[in-house]
Amino acid sequence: MSMSLGLVADSFLALLILGLAVWTIAVRGTYAAVVGFVAYGLLVALIWVRLAAVDVALTEAALGSGLMGLLLLRAVACLPPDAPAPASGRVGRVALRVVVGVLCAGLTAVLAAVVLQLPEPAPSLAAAAAQALPTTGLGNPVTGVLIAYRAIDTLLEAVVLVLALIGLWSLAADGAWGGRPGALRTREPGAALVLLAQLLPPVGILVGIHLFWTGANHPGGAFQGGAVLAAMWAIVLVAGLAAAPRVDGRRLRLVLVVGPALFFAIGLAGIWWADAFLGYPADWAKPLILVIEAALTLSIAAALGLLLAGPPASEPGPGGQA
Amino acid sequence: MSLALSVFTIVCVFLGAVFFLAGTLGLLRFPDTLTRLHALTKADNLGLGLVVLGLLPQVDWPLGALKLIAVWLLALLAGATVGQVLGGAVRPPPVSGAGESTP
Repeated sequence: MSMSLGLVADSFLALLILGLAVWTIAVRGTYAAVVGFVAYGLLVALIWVRLAAVDVALTEAALGSGLMGLLLLRAVACLPPDAPAPASGRVGRVALRVVVGVLCAGLTAVLAAVVLQLPEPAPSLAAAAAQALPTTGLGNPVTGVLIAYRAIDTLLEAVVLVLALIGLWSLAADGAWGGRPGALRTREPGAALVLLAQLLPPVGILVGIHLFWTGANHPGGAFQGGAVLAAMWAIVLVAGLAAAPRVDGRRLRLVLVVGPALFFAIGLAGIWWADAFLGYPADWAKPLILVIEAALTLSIAAALGLLLAGPPASEPGPGGQA
Repeated sequence: MSLALSVFTIVCVFLGAVFFLAGTLGLLRFPDTLTRLHALTKADNLGLGLVVLGLLPQVDWPLGALKLIAVWLLALLAGATVGQVLGGAVRPPPVSGAGESTP
């Protein structure tokens, strides 16, 4: 009985997500499309919870829905209101849409066919991952995959964040280079927003640190914790309680690279300690992983916060010379 | 005793769901942004509050219960702030001279 109830709830959730996806694509206004995208991300996070992948759900909610939503909202704000689609080449646009639609449908069909043809039980590395987990000292197999078995992927992800920030900063006007990002500045933050920015960060910082710390044994980790910390920073910036740091600050750049740099250094040392790049010596795995995760959390929080804060903007008055 | 607690949970969660339904109806049917916000915050405050109240007997005491209450308080804080910000965004600024003294 409970099984079928769960099936009903899952079917409803799947239909809701499909409907919302169609609506997000079909809706005319860009702002409405972004709002649809954010709600879509939260529903996808619910699906991950239903699949017992809480780590993925946390990441989807914090990064896929929250952070991406805010970035898209900022992009919408930069566009002229109700930008009309270019009138020229209308036939070409329709043809392009048909091609994209056919390709997407084909991809979906292939994926569905693959999933339906999986043997029962499906091939899985879960048992092998769980068996080797004690050597890392971790209790959360997802963290084990991210920081030990497939550490190279995580290292590159952390580096990609820094590269993304460099790409964003390179959009700055020449005169504004070295200045403070200004995208999150609001003209007149209301009293309620200021109160929120004073009340929420202490709680949010605690939650962010908890997510990093608990990630060793339970769902959580550097990316989820860093995203929560970055969100707290963004609230403070939006409410105008603090200015974003100048992008030419030496200390800021140190914070940005300390995570990936430390990860890389410990990985290199693994060649001597553990006979493998990104390997850990047997008795030191857990403390080394915690050190890496702590530095990564800090760097990820800084990089995500600065991505939200936007490229350096020209600021009148002192501080413009750099 | 456990039957009474189960009934309490069912009644409270059901009432909370009623508030969410009413809030959604208000969001869809009310004429302007401020009244829609009013409907929405009712769903957040009372609807979620009743759901949390109903779930309290079903979770570990005290940590699970404190987590639930913290979720409700954070939702209250966020909902109230968003209501204020949205309300301020749609309401025309007060006419100069009349605005300063009257709250």
